[in-house]
Amino acid sequence: METLNKEKKAIKGGEFLISETSPQDVFTPEQWSEEQKMIAQTCTDFVEHEVYPKVEELDAMKDPKLMPNLLDKSGELGLLGTSIPEQYGGFGMDFNTSMLIAEKVGAGYSFAVALSAHTGIGTLPILYYGNEEQKAKYLPKLATGEWKASYCLTEPDSGSDANSGKTKADLTPDGKHYLINGQKMWITNGGFADVFIVFAKIEDDKNLTAFIVEKGFGGVTMNEEEKKMGIKGSSTRQIFFNDCKVPVENMLSERENGFKIALNILNIGRIKLASATLGAAKGVIKNALNYSQERKQFGKSIAEFGAIKHKLGEMMARVYASEAATYRAGQNIDDAYDALVAGGMEEGEAKLKAVEEFAIECAMLKVHGSETLDFVVDEGVQVYGGMGYSADAPMERAYRDSRINRIFEGTNEINRMLTIDMLLKRALKGKLDLMSPAMAVAKELTSIPDFGGDDDERVLAAEHKLIKNLKKAGLMIAGAAVQKLMATLKDEQEILMNLADMLIQVYALESAVLRTERIIESEGVEAAKVHIEMVKVYAHYAVDEATKAGKQAIYAFAEGDEMRMMLMGLKRYTKVQPHNLKVARRTIADYCLDKGDYPFN
Amino acid sequence: MKILVCITHVPDTTSKIAFTDNNTKFDSSGVQYIIGPYDDYALARAVELKEAHGGSVTVLNVGTAESEPTIRKALAIGADEAIRVNAEPTDSFFVASQIAEVAKEGYDLILMGRESIDFNSGVVHALVGEMLGIVSVSPVMRLEVEGNTATMDREIEGGKQTIQIDLPFVAGCQEPIAEWKIPNMRGIMTARTKPLNVVEPVGGEKQVKLVDYELPAAKGAVKIVAQEEVNELVKMLQNEAKVL
Repeated sequence: METLNKEKKAIKGGEFLISETSPQDVFTPEQWSEEQKMIAQTCTDFVEHEVYPKVEELDAMKDPKLMPNLLDKSGELGLLGTSIPEQYGGFGMDFNTSMLIAEKVGAGYSFAVALSAHTGIGTLPILYYGNEEQKAKYLPKLATGEWKASYCLTEPDSGSDANSGKTKADLTPDGKHYLINGQKMWITNGGFADVFIVFAKIEDDKNLTAFIVEKGFGGVTMNEEEKKMGIKGSSTRQIFFNDCKVPVENMLSERENGFKIALNILNIGRIKLASATLGAAKGVIKNALNYSQERKQFGKSIAEFGAIKHKLGEMMARVYASEAATYRAGQNIDDAYDALVAGGMEEGEAKLKAVEEFAIECAMLKVHGSETLDFVVDEGVQVYGGMGYSADAPMERAYRDSRINRIFEGTNEINRMLTIDMLLKRALKGKLDLMSPAMAVAKELTSIPDFGGDDDERVLAAEHKLIKNLKKAGLMIAGAAVQKLMATLKDEQEILMNLADMLIQVYALESAVLRTERIIESEGVEAAKVHIEMVKVYAHYAVDEATKAGKQAIYAFAEGDEMRMMLMGLKRYTKVQPHNLKVARRTIADYCLDKGDYPFN
Repeated sequence: MKILVCITHVPDTTSKIAFTDNNTKFDSSGVQYIIGPYDDYALARAVELKEAHGGSVTVLNVGTAESEPTIRKALAIGADEAIRVNAEPTDSFFVASQIAEVAKEGYDLILMGRESIDFNSGVVHALVGEMLGIVSVSPVMRLEVEGNTATMDREIEGGKQTIQIDLPFVAGCQEPIAEWKIPNMRGIMTARTKPLNVVEPVGGEKQVKLVDYELPAAKGAVKIVAQEEVNELVKMLQNEAKVL
């Protein structure tokens, strides 16, 4: 697929914090090609025609064949092979297109989880780490869905601390097999998978090793389906490996490389989860828009009331920002991949390196996407009122199904801490210069505030200034925290999470602003009227969140004059231009109510 | 078997319909376009017949460049090539003339939807049959081809009729003639490599001049009358609804 803007400036992961990005350097959903739109429509058609009519039946879990049959059908359409190269029976689509597919399928409740587990964590380890024989043997069958895949990392005593797993792999005396013994849990697609990516330890290794295990190898048994709060139609099992005999050639990559595989695959899983939450959120929005127009109280539709418009407007603004950020990062990954391949790197390795480069963004987007969806489903239930609580209306399922997103692919707490951890590591390694801008902010704090600089004539000049300032606020607090706490900062999880919250808001707001600016540039201010209102609404939300997080961090490690100075700095850097948000939300809501759907791409 | 499928490029069935320019122009802003749903079934059946008997499927659209995404979707669904007659498709006679001109090339089957879902004239298949001097049948709900003969089911008032016709002929199709097809990834990716030829319209002056459009009156509020108030109901039907 053609990559837009070949001349774009190369950008590094995490760099957004210290440099300014131009609107021309970001991809926005307004730029999807005709072909990408057609692919998206195929996914939507599949979800609406094949999945929705069976949602109840899927969740009832009475027919164990139903989900694998649906996966087969999606395989016939090619939906399982989009990321797999053509020589292995797939379609070799670029990263952002695979994210768009994840979004459209993401509206499919439990089915979305089954499909993404198969195509993501189930297939990608083989695609990116498999040798030629392994790829040739497994990928064509995974691309069609003839074989279904699952990923066995988590154990009863090893969740977030994934490398602490107890599952063992022992070489047989003849050196031809490994015997795998252990227990894995929360295995998505476990009930019907033919192939399992299993992480186990060999002897007293410090790190995990990954294996491709076929169900047919024997020694694989499982518990009944887990009873879950949501995504009830998704098969989730505990799996036991008892002397499961795995040929040595089924080791994936090298011994002790499993933990790295697990982490790198999770990076991809995280950003794809962000796009999947977008699809789910847009589905909820569509229902909320329609229901609020049908439901009449006090002689008019509830959509005519400000209280409902407030909810609708806020939902739109947050999804708009999340969407802008998700595909901005997705394109960054595609661009980095293209550059690496052009530099001679092998394609699989290049894909991993490109995603790893943006691992900070992946973690932030996972948090932002899942929390945006949780907000949207919560308000969706509220728009439906009593019907929102009824299992006969779609909101109840959406509400339950949303909750898992804050837990799997690394909990949001882990992802918040990772965001800061990775950022600081890059700074230490000299890959990102956080020190000079942090010192510049510290210096600025003790000087007279700059009242000039208001000659920026861009429509969103105020928001640009705000973003610049929010970055300063983040650097000020992060810089001071690093200086003060040094090596103990890693144990101050609360502060790390506060810092992550600030960064996540900066990234989302900046993405929304850049997206809107691109629309203004290409279609004019009038066409971007509603988009501008969404940016204003989001900016106020972002600044409130960042201020709250910033204060809490400052309270947690600073005192006396230093604290006062930083609080003053925070106040200075979180100044926001007043805007009538009531009118803004009403404008957004009215526009979307008229369209009857999330209308921004 | 050479099959020609004529497709329309029409607003999605859930589109909000509005007009501009004194109600003489359809307001297409923000409207999603699709392949006419009946045409979509005709196309799906054509692809099935090609898969079963071999041959080729050509899609034809009379429309402006704006139709091209819709045409490429038809290619993604399984047509082999496409022809676009570069003209606004506002008049049935004009559209039929363009189709007949292309169809003169010689096709065994000329399929299209029983009607478009924008202007719904429902006469294009008959006009094309007349212009080509071959049989036209509509609405066709089942179509099997064996050798040179086609067997079809036609919907008639209160039942169905089974008929046999020798090729070539024109058919206006409707469901359940085929299983509705979602374009698959391979189809989408090969669509861009398939030929889409643009030809200019020939003759066939437009014969209808559009005066204006009118939207149906908005649905009024529903009144519920208690079961025992039949007299009240009759009065309302006489005086308010004026239907008795």
